[in-house]
Amino acid sequence: MNSVIRGASYVLAHTPQMVVYNGTTQTTERIVNPESEYLKELESHLRSYEECVNYWPNQVYIGNATPEDLAGVEFPYYDKVKEGAERYGKYGEIMPEEEFILLVQACDQFEVVKIDKDFVSAHKDALANDPIITEDIVAKVEAGVELSEIEAAVKDEHAEGIYVAGKLVACVKRAHDIDVNLSAHVMHENLMSKASSVLALLYGVRNAGINKDDIEYVIDCAEEACGDMNQRGGGNFAKAAAEIAGLNNATGSDSRGFCAGPSHALIEAAALVKSGAYKCVAVTAGGCTAKLGMNGKDHVKKGLPILEDCLAGFCVILSENDGVNPEINLDILGRHTVGTGSAPQNVIGSLVADPLERAGLKITDIDKFSPEMQNPDITKPAGAGDVPMANYKMIAALAVKRGELDRKELASFSTNHGLTGWAPTQGHIPSGVPYIGFAREDILAGKMKTAMIIGKGSLFLGRMTNLFDGVSFVIQANTKAEAEKASGVSEEEVKGLIAKAMKDFAASLIAE
Amino acid sequence: MDLENQKRVKDFADEYGAENLVVVLGAAEGEAAGLAAETVTAGDPTFAGPLTGVQLGLTVYHVCEPEMKEEFDEAVYDEQVSMMEMVLDVDDIVSEMSSIRDEFCKYL
Repeated sequence: MNSVIRGASYVLAHTPQMVVYNGTTQTTERIVNPESEYLKELESHLRSYEECVNYWPNQVYIGNATPEDLAGVEFPYYDKVKEGAERYGKYGEIMPEEEFILLVQACDQFEVVKIDKDFVSAHKDALANDPIITEDIVAKVEAGVELSEIEAAVKDEHAEGIYVAGKLVACVKRAHDIDVNLSAHVMHENLMSKASSVLALLYGVRNAGINKDDIEYVIDCAEEACGDMNQRGGGNFAKAAAEIAGLNNATGSDSRGFCAGPSHALIEAAALVKSGAYKCVAVTAGGCTAKLGMNGKDHVKKGLPILEDCLAGFCVILSENDGVNPEINLDILGRHTVGTGSAPQNVIGSLVADPLERAGLKITDIDKFSPEMQNPDITKPAGAGDVPMANYKMIAALAVKRGELDRKELASFSTNHGLTGWAPTQGHIPSGVPYIGFAREDILAGKMKTAMIIGKGSLFLGRMTNLFDGVSFVIQANTKAEAEKASGVSEEEVKGLIAKAMKDFAASLIAE
Repeated sequence: MDLENQKRVKDFADEYGAENLVVVLGAAEGEAAGLAAETVTAGDPTFAGPLTGVQLGLTVYHVCEPEMKEEFDEAVYDEQVSMMEMVLDVDDIVSEMSSIRDEFCKYL
């Protein structure tokens, strides 16, 4: 029987100073053009925490508004305020930079994170007051060190500085003297990913209404790699994050596939549960510091704030079929194969039309499609257009070519079967999965029956292959009752039959 | 344009001669196509890549422009490009590309 989606979480950590010091657009600029106007103007375009919380797409991401609400907001979004915006939402939260830095230290098992003691004492209570942060996590935050120690580590030992409001407050030290895989830069990147994944796992457990010990397996599907010089990318973010989140009954592993990673991981998780290998699996990912401010140059040039100022994370919990929650239907899987080719119509054909055709369905049979859900407020000013809209146009055009949609309905397809993008451009984060929380709720509420999640990945960025990649799957309303009805015998009846047989057997033993 | 792609374009221009090279773009937006076209003609407008300050003046087209379309086998074009042609704002792309070509192309 298909697995079900028990719950989903979506979290953000507002990290504007990491835009400046760790985003590759900015670090590259500092190398090739250190005196550039962009670098001079950058800081004045950073948003405050309040501005970040009040931002419509962020409120949608953590579940305080829906994609339908966002569709009703006049574009662009950066100059609008979401009334009643809050730090906490039903899917997760937007954590301030100060508290996130302390959470990062709680995730550090090798004493590479050093924080100024005054900074720790100023913000530790705030972290402890976060309802999702448990006492054992707060207890992992150290008392802190003298600022001079941090300054010396940054100056003399290649430590990666962590700043708040332009002031050095902490650092990540290198974990090895010569191994570049354990350099301060890599440790910083990996710890940020791990910490945001931990936050997502904590909310995932809460939102699924399960106990931490229920989770037997965790799959991390972010885009970072941890390991040393003898096994770069050896892993394992999944188990490392599970440890801090207190998932004592879980093991796990990392699954990678660029932006398609989450969709691959969810199909794998659904298969693990359906096969009976594990009863409950969490798919998680943390955020990516390198992508902070990725389109910053265009945003600054056009007078916009830096909108890519948050690390993002998500978690989806899958479990055995409970007869209630929506299922992942493993009979309808789209896959871009080695032989598919890279022409857009082949890509969309392999991910959307082909799997539906194999199941005897048409494109228009799916209620909602969730491809790359990038927030157009970020991508449009950078000349990359409205990514979700471009995907809907392609899906609609393919439906027209296949005779499944009238050409006159091309324009209305995106309204009827699409969504307005709200996800931060953190690579794997916007790729299909941001909609799973909303899809689960709307299917449970009977507002819709099916959603297709589409993940796509640019494998050529790794220079190992020129190929593109992608996979897709369909979420559907729970079918357990129908399946049992069709098979003529329910689980309860089977249990009853087994119990009776056991009783009879026991009785026969006693009689002997 | 991706820094690595800029490097490849520059290497091809060095190897085969700029006059013997045609760059075919597939960008989904007029603005993005225009930026890439500007990069291989007037130099990298973002001042980040190997084509910064390098005015190759290459001949450059978007695959949906009529001059390119007539070079294709019709069946191949239908299979590979026609769906995107339905989706893209071809007029906007043609206008962006033409203005860049008129200003910076050296080999037309």
